[in-house]
Amino acid sequence: MTGKRICSWLAVALGGLYFLLPLAGMFDFSMRMKRGEYSFEAYRIVLADPQFQQTFGYSVLLALLTIVLGILLVVPTAYFVRLKLPGLRPIIEFITLLPLVIPPIVIVFGYIRIYNTSSVLPLTGTWLGTNLLLLFGYATLALPYMYRSVDTGLRTIDIASLTEAAQSLGAGWARVLAVVILPNVFVSVLSGAFLTFAIVIGEYVFAALLNVNSFGPYMVWMGGNRAYEPSALAVVAFAITWACMGLIQLVTRFSRYSTVRR
Amino acid sequence: MTTSAAILPAALRPRHLLSWIGVAPFFLFATLFLILPTLNIVIGAFRNPQGQVTLDNLGKLLSPSIRSAFWISVELSLLTAALGCLLGFLIAAAITLGDLPRSLRNSILTFSGVASNFAGVPLAFAFIATLGRLGFVTMLLRNWFGINLYGSGFSIVSFLGLALTYLYFQIPLMVLIITPALEGLRREWREAAESLGATGAQYWQLVALPVLWPSLLGTLALLFANAFGAVATAIALTGSSLSIAPIVLFAQIRGDVLNDPHLGYAIAFGMILLTAIANGIYILLRMRAERWVK
Repeated sequence: MTGKRICSWLAVALGGLYFLLPLAGMFDFSMRMKRGEYSFEAYRIVLADPQFQQTFGYSVLLALLTIVLGILLVVPTAYFVRLKLPGLRPIIEFITLLPLVIPPIVIVFGYIRIYNTSSVLPLTGTWLGTNLLLLFGYATLALPYMYRSVDTGLRTIDIASLTEAAQSLGAGWARVLAVVILPNVFVSVLSGAFLTFAIVIGEYVFAALLNVNSFGPYMVWMGGNRAYEPSALAVVAFAITWACMGLIQLVTRFSRYSTVRR
Repeated sequence: MTTSAAILPAALRPRHLLSWIGVAPFFLFATLFLILPTLNIVIGAFRNPQGQVTLDNLGKLLSPSIRSAFWISVELSLLTAALGCLLGFLIAAAITLGDLPRSLRNSILTFSGVASNFAGVPLAFAFIATLGRLGFVTMLLRNWFGINLYGSGFSIVSFLGLALTYLYFQIPLMVLIITPALEGLRREWREAAESLGATGAQYWQLVALPVLWPSLLGTLALLFANAFGAVATAIALTGSSLSIAPIVLFAQIRGDVLNDPHLGYAIAFGMILLTAIANGIYILLRMRAERWVK
């Protein structure tokens, strides 16, 4: 029994070493900008860089829009499939799995071929079109996570009764979805939303290949041209990932008290 | 709830028109931004620039440079998937079966959630800061132990460096997927085996592993696909000095190299094929595994 415990501690300790060293390395490196002392100089420079502010702000906005688009696409679909069209479920599940199967670089390659300037729908030709295409691309990447979390949320509530109750009080479909269903699955929607945020905020391949100067390409550019700032950026990105995962845990814990037990 | 088979005919009646309108935006979106782009690539892989059906593009995949890029990718993905599975399994086993404090188990699972999503560009930066020429560990080894990592031929911008970096998201993903499977091993099975005189090794060999193997192999396939599609980490870490399939495709799309879109189609098709096979194996084995884990 003790042998087993020692082995377990050893496995966890070695794993801990492997996982904590890069975090320590990145933090240490980000503080070394001034010779001979630890300082937050690299962070100061990064945060004051107008390019950082612009690209980061852009990526945050894009992540939020992705979440809104994801909710608009997924919530009605998952709702109608559960309520009226359960036969469609396998098809929808298959489609929402696809973005995990097809490498993102292939999807964006397809965009460039289909929506280039000489095509029927020349989205890449204009500023607005390119940004929309990036937004649609991110919403596609987010589909698996959004659909799964919303569908799990819908499973825990009685959507048929809720819908009938709302309709008997005179609510139309849009109202049922926006005022009754969405608030009831809000916690699940939030988990999907935070995961989407974490994925979109530093995404590189879509942005780089569509020539959009967002946070991901900015980080790569910094990586090629600066020494200490990239580590500071990595620390910022790690903090965002950590915050998103922490918030997911927080809202799921919260939901355990707020949803009806069935 | 009735079964889907009973509802499907009803779903086609006109009174469900509204439901169909409700799901229409999703299908339109998926068609335009997921299915058509992918089909375009797949069809393009079998067409020449004049639009005739051909296998020439796929033939170009066999040229030495492309073949070696795919081969390095496959090796890298297989190696990190196998090591990720093995090491992730050991950590998952330690936290589920190893009498460790419950709080440690929960913090490791939370950390795994963070680390499995901490991929891409920032992860590459973290590893450069750690194992780069002036990295934290590189300096530590030199100053404290007198070990010259770079003198011994190691470089973070290499196959080995990339593999070490990929493991940072591969291991946690394995921990997240296999922990529920390990928790699904019931205590009674072990007790039953022991009461029949089985040793610990026999229990693992004859009971636990046969139950777990679909999960293990399935996760191996998933980790393979996960590593195979990772582009941003590799680009941020190595620039384009290491020729792996997704980097070659990236360069093709950018038009940095010989600009032959149909070769790009073929490389993309090859990537879809490999990840689709890996994911297909994962989904099939996952369904098998779920018979046991309830």
